[in-house]
Amino acid sequence: MMDLATLWFCIIAAFWLGYLFLEGFDFGVGMLLPVLGRDDTERRVMINTIGPVWDGNEVWLIVAGGAMFAAFPAWYAGLFSGVYLPLLAVLLALIGRGVAFEYRGKVDSPRWRRNWDRVIMIGSWVPPFGVGLVLATTVLGLPLDADGDRLGSAFSALRWDTLLGGLAVVGFSLVHGAVFLALKTDGELRHRARALGLRMLPAALVPLLGLTLLVQAREGALWTAVPLVAAPAAAAVAWWRLAEGREGQAFAALGAVIAAAALTLFGALYPDVLPSTLDTADSLTVAGASSSPYTLQVITWVAAFGAPAVLVYQGWTYWVFRRRISTRHIPKAHAPR
Amino acid sequence: MEVLELARWQFGITTVYHFLMVPLTIGLSVLVAGMQTAWVRTGNERYLRMTKFWGKLLLVNFAMGVVTGIVQEFQFGMTWSAYSRFVGDVFGAPLAMEGLVAFFVESTFLGLWIFGWDRLPKRVHLACAWAFSLATVASAYFILAANSWMQHPVGVEFTDGRPTMNSIWAVLTNNTALAAVPHTIAGAFAVAAAFLVGIAAWRLWRGRHSGDGDRPVWRSSLRLGAFTGVAAFAVLVVSGDMQGKLMFEQQPMKMASAEALCHTEQPASFSILAIGDVRNADCENVKTFTVPALLSFLAHNDFQTEVKGIEDLVGEYQERYGSHYPDDPALGELAGKPIDYVPNLPVTYWGFRIMIGFGALSAATGVLALWLTRQGRIPESRWFPRLALASIATPFVANSAGWIFTEMGRQPFVVVPNPTGVDGVWMFTAQAVSTVSAGEVWASLISLTAVYAALGVVEVFLLVRYVRGGVDAVMPPKPPPGDGDDTENSRDPDDSGDDVLAFAY
Repeated sequence: MMDLATLWFCIIAAFWLGYLFLEGFDFGVGMLLPVLGRDDTERRVMINTIGPVWDGNEVWLIVAGGAMFAAFPAWYAGLFSGVYLPLLAVLLALIGRGVAFEYRGKVDSPRWRRNWDRVIMIGSWVPPFGVGLVLATTVLGLPLDADGDRLGSAFSALRWDTLLGGLAVVGFSLVHGAVFLALKTDGELRHRARALGLRMLPAALVPLLGLTLLVQAREGALWTAVPLVAAPAAAAVAWWRLAEGREGQAFAALGAVIAAAALTLFGALYPDVLPSTLDTADSLTVAGASSSPYTLQVITWVAAFGAPAVLVYQGWTYWVFRRRISTRHIPKAHAPR
Repeated sequence: MEVLELARWQFGITTVYHFLMVPLTIGLSVLVAGMQTAWVRTGNERYLRMTKFWGKLLLVNFAMGVVTGIVQEFQFGMTWSAYSRFVGDVFGAPLAMEGLVAFFVESTFLGLWIFGWDRLPKRVHLACAWAFSLATVASAYFILAANSWMQHPVGVEFTDGRPTMNSIWAVLTNNTALAAVPHTIAGAFAVAAAFLVGIAAWRLWRGRHSGDGDRPVWRSSLRLGAFTGVAAFAVLVVSGDMQGKLMFEQQPMKMASAEALCHTEQPASFSILAIGDVRNADCENVKTFTVPALLSFLAHNDFQTEVKGIEDLVGEYQERYGSHYPDDPALGELAGKPIDYVPNLPVTYWGFRIMIGFGALSAATGVLALWLTRQGRIPESRWFPRLALASIATPFVANSAGWIFTEMGRQPFVVVPNPTGVDGVWMFTAQAVSTVSAGEVWASLISLTAVYAALGVVEVFLLVRYVRGGVDAVMPPKPPPGDGDDTENSRDPDDSGDDVLAFAY
């Protein structure tokens, strides 16, 4: 029987995976806005494919953070103070991005929309990079002292291996977004998104596969090698199904890619939650950083009822808005003059 | 400046700012859900137009509340990591619950509501409005449970140098929280009420000659806002009185500093206004206008109770919680220094009075609005719409002042000791900050403040535009003639492949 602290490590990994899978594609849509959206109507098609769902997707990040706070306070405290500046950049970008979606159409002026498009684009490039960097940091470690505090400068989380983590999530989000657009739009945009997805996929997933390989080489266990093999296989399936025009299956295969990568990363991290690069005795571990058994029991009950409900009603949202959107569905701009 | 000071400014700015959006969101969400219910039940077009208009203003504000809330979830770990480690076992649980139970519901059903007008059956769509609006209330409850634990820690034991939770029930039914919830929710409704009254009064006045077809919309909104504001104030008074009595038992120093009460009094009088500087705890140069024995009543429901003054309390606190900070290098220049147990008195004294005064002004505007609209009347005067517009600010000011009072009034503690609680469960604010560099906190303080200020300007700009645009600017454009099939009931999405979306970003 798994102990509760380990269970919560798995739940938190699942929240991060859910976040990467869900907001991955809506980041991708925002990143590709200037690439695939040739005029305002096309850009509106793109934004509206994620319009009803992006906010719900973002909550996965908040819940991942909240669950870390409740289940592993020392992990939450050590990691987020350790990656202060990258996390700040993520927060600033997410602030702008959220407001941009809501405000973009509220004044009928090309300049107004162009400016918000820029905010959406920056707001979609920065967070996946930052989140990838933060996750790579928690797997690869920080120079922690015995109190679990970061030693060294504000930039000690910026290393080539953590930057690779940033690129990994950026690359995945790009492909995921292109495939999502191919799945959710119709007409010319769909073809363009598919073609771009096919062209990008092999190169864009290289950093992700590279990161998993690196982590496996440094910290991996025997079983974490299995998803390591599964990830490129799933990526090949995704490419093949996309080439065949089966966008839904390609999208699901990309889900398998990120799930396999997350398995390797978090599997290799366990039983640490945040290794110290200075002295392994100072590493934060699942057992050492966790909350008391009572607290873990409480949040386990909450998650046991709450999390399945989330899956049901978020799934229902995707069902309600399952229709493909194309330029002919977009109403005329409607804003007060 | 040191990290501690910067971190406090940053938390104060981001949180007070976040709480400008939040009360409007909470109050207006529920009121809009109510308007939509009225429309679904009666079929009266007026209620639909109210729902659409106020719903649009709600969305402009909602977005800002959501994005500024993300910072709240992470800044404890970023800037207050020592605090997070110390309290995480208790404090993290209500935060995680808020995310899992409330925030997911809020954001998912908000998306369904915005985009679902033509995709969902009418009643299901209405249910979405109730889901997200009640989720905002649930959010408030969990956050207040977490905050109340900092004011009055319960449900814990002290093991291995930190509090560990032994009863989630005690944390969630903390009497401090049970009093704070109605007070805060009523404060939120006061904000939404003043918003309705101010904007509706201005629209009525503006359309007085042009034969604005939406006058019934504005009049109903004005009445709804005025009723809500008066009712909210009644709840604020009752719950505030409960809070006062709890504060007397749980945080006597906060009580004394709300009054700048230097010497113990029996019976204690309530200070209405002070002339002079309340900064020093010696009370020498201050003249204050007082109501005899009223403070005793606020504290303990009678006119005799002794209320302790700051001087006596400082001695008691030093005896119980120490006279000097530990000589710990993590405390920076405060290490080994004497602990100052007196909160910033001008802030607590005036914050308390601004809260009460502006709250009362806001309610008075509501009463006036009810009087001017009695028996079908419509206010004709020129001064009323101006007054009503200006008083939109009053409940915002009252809310901010109240929170600044209650958070600064518990200094120097971040977790206030519970006088009847477990020994060891308290924390000084100075011990709570991260070991990050001052440069990092400067970076976030400056960038967040700048972005918040810029977005605040944009939000107000958009709100003004939509208010000027009136109802027509938010109603979906009428379909061209000849195309006149019934669009009111939703259809199966698969059948409507060529339909233009009812709403798109």
